Amino acid sequence: MQQVIVVGNGMVGYKFCEKFVAQAESKDFKITIFGEEPRPAYDRVHLSEFFENQDAKALEMAPAEWYAEHNVDLITGERVADINRSSKTITTAKDREFSYDYLVLATGSSPFVPPIKGVEKEGVFVYRTIEDLEDMLAYAAKINAEKSDGRAAILGGGLLGLEAGKAVLDMGLEPHVVEFASKLMPRQLDSRSSQVLQLKLESIGLNIHLSKATNQILGDGKITAMEFGEDDVLDVDMLIVSAGIRPRDELARACGLEVGVRGGVVVDNTMKTSDAHIYAIGEIALYNQMIYGLVAPGYDMADVAVQQIIGNTDKLMPADIDMSTKLKLIGVDVASFGEPFMPASKGHSIIFENKTQHLYKRINVSHDGKKLLGGILVGDAADYSMLHQVYLNGMAIPEDPAQLILPTSEGGALLGDVMDLPDEAQICSCESVTKGQICGVIESGEATDLGSVVSCTKAGTGCGGCKPMVADLTNATLKSLGIEVKDSVCEHFDYNRQDLYKIIEVKGYTTFNEVLDNYGNGGHGCELCKPLIASLMATIHADTANKEYAIQDSNDRFLANIQRNGTYSVVPRVPGGEITPDKLIALGQIAKKYDLYTKVTGGVRIDLFGATLNQLPLIWKELISHGFESGHAYGKSLRTVKTCVGSTWCRYGMDESVSFGIELENRYRGIRAPHKIKGGVSGCIRECAEARGKDFGLIAVEGGWNLYVGGNGGANPRHAELFAEQIDNATVIKYLDRYLMFYMRTAKPLQRTAAWQERLEGGLDYLKEVIIEDKLGIAEDLEKEMQTLVNRFECEWTQAVNDPEMMKRFNHFVNSEDEDDNLVFVPMRDQKMPEPWV
Amino acid sequence: METILDKYKATELTNVKVWFKAASVKDFPKDGGACIKYKDKQIAVFNFTRLNKWYACQNLCPHKMEMVLSRGMIGDDKGIPKVACPLHKKTFSLETGENLNSDLNAIAVYPVKVEEGYVYVGFDE
Ligand SMILES: Cc1cc2nc3c(=O)[nH]c(=O)nc-3n(C[C@H](O)[C@H](O)[C@H](O)COP(=O)(O)OP(=O)(O)OC[C@H]3O[C@@H](n4cnc5c(N)ncnc54)[C@H](O)[C@@H]3O)c2cc1C
Ligand code: SF4
Ligand code: SF4
Ligand code: FES
Repeated sequence: MQQVIVVGNGMVGYKFCEKFVAQAESKDFKITIFGEEPRPAYDRVHLSEFFENQDAKALEMAPAEWYAEHNVDLITGERVADINRSSKTITTAKDREFSYDYLVLATGSSPFVPPIKGVEKEGVFVYRTIEDLEDMLAYAAKINAEKSDGRAAILGGGLLGLEAGKAVLDMGLEPHVVEFASKLMPRQLDSRSSQVLQLKLESIGLNIHLSKATNQILGDGKITAMEFGEDDVLDVDMLIVSAGIRPRDELARACGLEVGVRGGVVVDNTMKTSDAHIYAIGEIALYNQMIYGLVAPGYDMADVAVQQIIGNTDKLMPADIDMSTKLKLIGVDVASFGEPFMPASKGHSIIFENKTQHLYKRINVSHDGKKLLGGILVGDAADYSMLHQVYLNGMAIPEDPAQLILPTSEGGALLGDVMDLPDEAQICSCESVTKGQICGVIESGEATDLGSVVSCTKAGTGCGGCKPMVADLTNATLKSLGIEVKDSVCEHFDYNRQDLYKIIEVKGYTTFNEVLDNYGNGGHGCELCKPLIASLMATIHADTANKEYAIQDSNDRFLANIQRNGTYSVVPRVPGGEITPDKLIALGQIAKKYDLYTKVTGGVRIDLFGATLNQLPLIWKELISHGFESGHAYGKSLRTVKTCVGSTWCRYGMDESVSFGIELENRYRGIRAPHKIKGGVSGCIRECAEARGKDFGLIAVEGGWNLYVGGNGGANPRHAELFAEQIDNATVIKYLDRYLMFYMRTAKPLQRTAAWQERLEGGLDYLKEVIIEDKLGIAEDLEKEMQTLVNRFECEWTQAVNDPEMMKRFNHFVNSEDEDDNLVFVPMRDQKMPEPWV
Repeated sequence: METILDKYKATELTNVKVWFKAASVKDFPKDGGACIKYKDKQIAVFNFTRLNKWYACQNLCPHKMEMVLSRGMIGDDKGIPKVACPLHKKTFSLETGENLNSDLNAIAVYPVKVEEGYVYVGFDE
């Protein structure tokens, strides 16, 4: 049994173990892996996700049990302190000795902290480990508790620095990125694309300071400012240093292995160091005089080392390493691939730029115009995966290469079909999965959908950048096998929502049965198609849910939200969140009278829980007499338009966010849509109303409103994307009318705006063409349709309580006045709740 | 101990001892349901107009033991008439009571007849 010792349980060290134990030959070896960090290896690439959920377990590459199950000895929290090459042993910081036949160094790197005076001060952090993040979060919380306008700077405007910038924003501090060079991401971007990126980042609230050399860090014990020149000082409460990495080669140096001038353990294309029994892989390895600070090359190195050790000596590290990268910041698309900058001697560049849309695309093409050599995409990297593949596989490009980057409206070509890629095309570079493997598992029947493709091949489990392409390949392969990827609404119709919309509109049907009898499959409907058609009727004919109540989902049928024990909750509309004390008192009195559990909702309205069916109309009669109306909290319809107080009260306000929010909420109240719709209006870029987390959001800026669309909270939080800038109130309404109506016409059932606009062919650009430029010539119709809905709005509850026939609906029994006798409430703090479910 | 579930036993037409006059046909929505009270029982009654049939079953959803089935939407699952619980959309055959989309126990179903504009539900006690 030969002993393999791995030093460093990081991403690459772990990948080495994973690849090693997958080999049949591994039974002749025993692996022991040492990690200095307290936990098993985790996914550093997605480290920033820790800010969202603080769930370290979710980031683990594999749980501790995995190592045991695969006969790997995992020793965490113990640093290897010394290597004795002559005796082939190592010593740990706990003074334990182990001997090896093969030693693999996977010690990674540590953040480089420049020797600036004062960097040791409290409040200065690096960004590499989970512990770093925990410390930062704690510190940021302290700042936020002390003041509302805390600031944090990031030293370094590279890939990582910008990611840290976003994290700072999410921690609630004002981010300032300080870069020494004259442009952002100096290693990946040219100056023009950097400028475009800078504009874009500034628009989402990152402050950028270029060409700044930091002289010292000021503060008494803890950081209070950074000093660049004599009169050039930036006040900050916190600093994150992200100024590059330094390989952790201290062990290698101490035992006399060959290292590079600027650090890193020298390896050849077998990953061997200057000692044939010692390998180095990952960010510690200096290969081709380079440290590759990306995970994919590290994984390839792990593979080479595994093969070499088990005796497969043919396996070598390729000389060319793909350094293409896509920045994974939400809301900012940036990618570069191949040779981003290229000397004119090698080929020529084609550049497309649109500064107002924060768009820059550059491709570099060989002199003969036949090969794509590299490129840069800022603002829209939707084509990254495809361009990257074209580059990697040396695929043919259009005669006029400009078509690759021009918008389709200006003569751009739609990029080739994913199925045109050669089978060897590497789709997932993190896990080295080819197109052939992906299609293969589907063709062999091993995988039947995206989920099983991912679990069979591991494609998309690394950085995740290839996921859209894996999905496209999966769908295309399924289709080629004749397996239909159906989107008909349910077994009763062979149509999707958009088809049914057109059918009802053109045929003028007004009842569910008409649609079902003429276009159904002969069945009788179900809980999927009934509420869907009810919603379409509401959009097309401005019907309220009272019209055909038996096809409504329970919530719409009883105009209230059904809760755990079959009672309902009541949410009156409070437009923009503005409410008079008198109305607030009325709400309180009604809640008290009917003994309703009362809570402020996430959408900042007041929710009264525990109303029985029989009580609903009584409660509503009282609410209506106090001037309330239905809040449609039960419908797939507009919920709230959340507002901040804006210039009415706020010292920063640039416009009347409350007034506008109320106007919008009253405009769109009651309309039924594929899913719920929420809005937000903030009076300035401080964004107190969290408008970008909504389906539509407005932020007041100098000269008008910035309109954002397609955001949501929920299971998959999304920030809305910038749609139009500095527009006036009337234009906002015009665009929103069109946008919402277009969404209502074309989305799938239960699809929120974010998912809808993401899957629209042509994406946001196409949407802008339709909504702003009226490419399809439907803008006027959309506006008219919306205006009809607005004009015909009626409060459903007012309708119901004024009609004795409708009132009958709200009885628990049709043959008795009794209430549901199965209800049991128990006390909860000072209120009540339904008895817990067993 | 008798649980509320024990109150509901499927009743065959042949075992009906009492035809309970529940309510007028007009009290039930077309292709929808409403709840009736019989002694200490809550029974969901559905007017399946498209099939020109009436169905009755316990109002109690066996998933979380709530009295809600009468408020569910009805329809069919490959031809089997069904009701979908409004809380988590478990579906039950209106013919046999069988749970169609997971493995809950069947619900109790009862015979229904309509005479002179009134709806009667059959019980064995
Ligand atoms: C925030 C962030 C975002 C990133 N985003 C991307 C991205 O989008 N795409 C991409 O490709 N790359 C990204 N990277 C880089 C990527 O994480 C690294 O390339 C990768 O982690 C390198 O793996 P490694 O195993 O070589 O080093 P590491 O993951 O750093 O692992 C080395 C481990 O060895 C341990 N160690 C060191 N010395 C010893 C010793 N003497 N004894 C015991 N243990 C020791 C260390 O504690 C560490 O746990 C990102 C990095 C960060 C920090
Ligand atoms: S977003 Fe609104 S409340 Fe917040 S600072 Fe700006 S104007 Fe004031
Ligand atoms: S998050 Fe879940 S538990 Fe909470 S209200 Fe929404 S659905 Fe219910
Ligand atoms: S309570 Fe009926 S499905 Fe859950």
